[in-house]
Amino acid sequence: MKTQTSPPNPLSETERGNRNELFLPLSASERGPGGEVSGSRSVRLNHVTKEFGVGDAKTVALRDVSLELPYGELVLLVGQSGCGKTTLISIVAGLLDPTIGDVDVLGQSLTKMRGSRKVRFRGSNIGFIFQQYNLIPSLNAVENACVPLLIAGWPRKKAIEKAASVLEKVGLANRMKSYGNQLSGGQQQRVAIARALVHEPKLLVCDEPTAALDAASGRTVMGLIREVAVQPDRAVIVVTHDSRVYDFGDRIVSMNDGGIENIETDREKFGGTGH
Amino acid sequence: MNWVALRMLTGDKAKYLGIVFGVSFAALLMAQQSAIFAGLMRNTTSQIRDIEGADIWVMDKSVQFVDDIKPMSENRLLRVRGVEGVAWAVKLYKSVARAKLADGTFQQVILLGLDYDNKDSAGRVVGQPRAERILAGNWEDLEQPDAVFLDEFGWRYLFGDTPYEQGRSLEINNKRANIVGMVKCKPTFQTFPILYTKYSQAIQYNPPEPKTLSFILVKAQDGVPHNELCAAITKQTGMKAQTNDEFFWTTIQYYMERTGIPINFGITVFLGFVVGCAIAGQTFYLFTLENLKQFGSLKAMGVSNLRIIKMVMLQALVVGLIGYGLGVGGAALFGLVFETFVKSAPPAFYFGWQILVIAAVAVAVIITLSAAMSLKKVLFLEAGVVFR
Repeated sequence: MKTQTSPPNPLSETERGNRNELFLPLSASERGPGGEVSGSRSVRLNHVTKEFGVGDAKTVALRDVSLELPYGELVLLVGQSGCGKTTLISIVAGLLDPTIGDVDVLGQSLTKMRGSRKVRFRGSNIGFIFQQYNLIPSLNAVENACVPLLIAGWPRKKAIEKAASVLEKVGLANRMKSYGNQLSGGQQQRVAIARALVHEPKLLVCDEPTAALDAASGRTVMGLIREVAVQPDRAVIVVTHDSRVYDFGDRIVSMNDGGIENIETDREKFGGTGH
Repeated sequence: MNWVALRMLTGDKAKYLGIVFGVSFAALLMAQQSAIFAGLMRNTTSQIRDIEGADIWVMDKSVQFVDDIKPMSENRLLRVRGVEGVAWAVKLYKSVARAKLADGTFQQVILLGLDYDNKDSAGRVVGQPRAERILAGNWEDLEQPDAVFLDEFGWRYLFGDTPYEQGRSLEINNKRANIVGMVKCKPTFQTFPILYTKYSQAIQYNPPEPKTLSFILVKAQDGVPHNELCAAITKQTGMKAQTNDEFFWTTIQYYMERTGIPINFGITVFLGFVVGCAIAGQTFYLFTLENLKQFGSLKAMGVSNLRIIKMVMLQALVVGLIGYGLGVGGAALFGLVFETFVKSAPPAFYFGWQILVIAAVAVAVIITLSAAMSLKKVLFLEAGVVFR
C-alpha cells in the first residue's frame, strides 16, 4: 500500500502551497460523462492480450496480462524496450483496445466503452505526461497548461486563471508567459505536469517523463509528480526504464516479453528508503 | 479550441505567411488573368455597348460577330420597318478604313456612320454618344462637311500625348476627315481609333460598293418582347436579328471559339490554381505534419475527431480568407494601376463580381484540398502515437 514517506521536494514551502486548495474537485458537469469514480481499484486488467498485425506479421505485444492498481499510489511500469510497457499504458489510457481481455479504469469498463464516450472519458479523467512534453510551441506555458480545461469547455479566461495557479504550484510562477523554446527541458516537463493535472484527473499516465532530462532534472520532475500528483483518490502510472528514479515509486511493475514479470511493493528493495 | 487552432496556425510566422502567400498568389494570378481575359473579351463588344438607343441589331444572316461585316443593300431597312412590332429602324455603317496622317504614316481606323436621315422617335440620332461621353467639340459640328469625331484612345494612338486641339485632320482614301471633337469610347479589342461620322459621309470614305449597309438598329414598340421581335424579323426578312445581349454574347462566343485567347488565359489561370494548390497545399500539409504530435496529444487528451476537423478547417478558412483578400485586392490594385498609368493603350481589365466568385471558388477548392490532405493524416492518426 501507499508509503507515506515523500521524496525530497524541489519546491520551496511557498511554491508548494496548499495542494488540497489547489485541486478542488470539478463539479459533475465539469467532469463530464463517465467521470464518476467507483471501486477500490483504479485500474483492473483481466487477462489482457494485445496483438498487432495479422498472419506472419502478427506481433503479440501483451500476453494475458492481469493487473490491479490501487488509488493513492505512484506505480512505476518498468522493463526493457519492447517489453510492452507502452502498449499496456496505451490500453490503460484508452488509446488502444485490447485484442482479448477486459479493462476497467476508474470503475468504468473501457472494453465496452466506444467512440466519443471514450474520448470524453479520457478528457475528463486521465492526465497525460509525455516523454517529449508535446507542448504546443505557439502557446506559452500558461496557455499550454490550460488546454485540458479548454477541451472541457471552460471559458478561456477562467481556464488560464486555473492553469496559472497550477503553474505556481509546480514552481513556474515567473515563467508563465514563456514559450517552450525559452524553457529548459525540466521546466517544459513541469508545464506538462501542470497541464496533466489542471483538470484534476483521477488517473495520471506518464510516459518516460525523465527520459529527455538529465539526472538532476529527472529527479526534480519525479519529485514534483510525487508531490503534486499522488492523492488518495488518484492513481499515477509512470512508464520508465530510468532506474535512477525507481525510489519515487510505491510499487514497481516489471514487464518482460509482453507479460508481468514481477510486482514489487517493498520499497526498500528498490531503494525507497525515504528518498 | 478554436483559439488554440488559430494560435497553432499563427505560431510559426514563416509557415503561416508561406501558406497565406501561396493562397494569395494563386488568387492574384487567377483573378488578374481572369480579369484581363474578361476585359479582352468585353473589348470585342465595345461598339455594341457604345451604340446606345436601340434594342435589336439586324444583320446579314452570315454575320458571326460585330466586326464581321457583310454589307447589305439599303432596301433591307424598309423590309425591317415593315415587321410588326418595330417602332423604328435606322442604318449603321461600320467598316475598317486606312487613314493617312499629316506626317505620311498610315493607320487603320474603325469608321462608324450614324444615320442622320432617320432618327429615333425623339428626333435624336441613334448611336450618338451621350453628352458625358463628348470630351471636346460640339456634336452638331458633325453636320459640317468632312467632319468626324475621334475617340479619346484614338487621339492618343494617332497623336501621342499632344492635348486635343481642334483642326487636326486625316486622310481616308484621299478624302479629308476633319476632327471636330473627341468622344469617350469603350476600349476596343483591336485598339484601332474610332471615327464617328454621318452615314452619308462614312460611305464616301471607302471605295464605292453596291451594298453599304452594315447593320440595322431597331427599337421595339412598347410591350413587344425583344426576342419575339427578333424571331419575327428573322422569319420575315431572312436576316439575323439579335438583342444587344445576344449580339454581345455571340461576339464573345466567336472569339472564345475561334481564337486561342481562352486557352492561353485558361492555361495561366489553371497554372495559378495548380501553383496555389502546390504552395498552399504543401505548406499546409507540412504545417499539419509538424503539428502531428500536438494533434495526437490533443486527441489523447480528449479532443474528438470532429473537433479536430473543425480546428483544421478553421485554420484553412482563415488562411483562405486572408489569402483570397490579399490576392483579389492585389489584382484590383493591378487593374487600378494599369488603368491609371498605362495611357497609350485601352485597358483590357474587367473586374466584375464574376471574377470574385471564380477566385473565391478556386481558393475554396485549394484550401479544401489542402485541409483534406492534412485531415487525412490527422484523423487516421492513432492517439497512441504520442507514446511512441
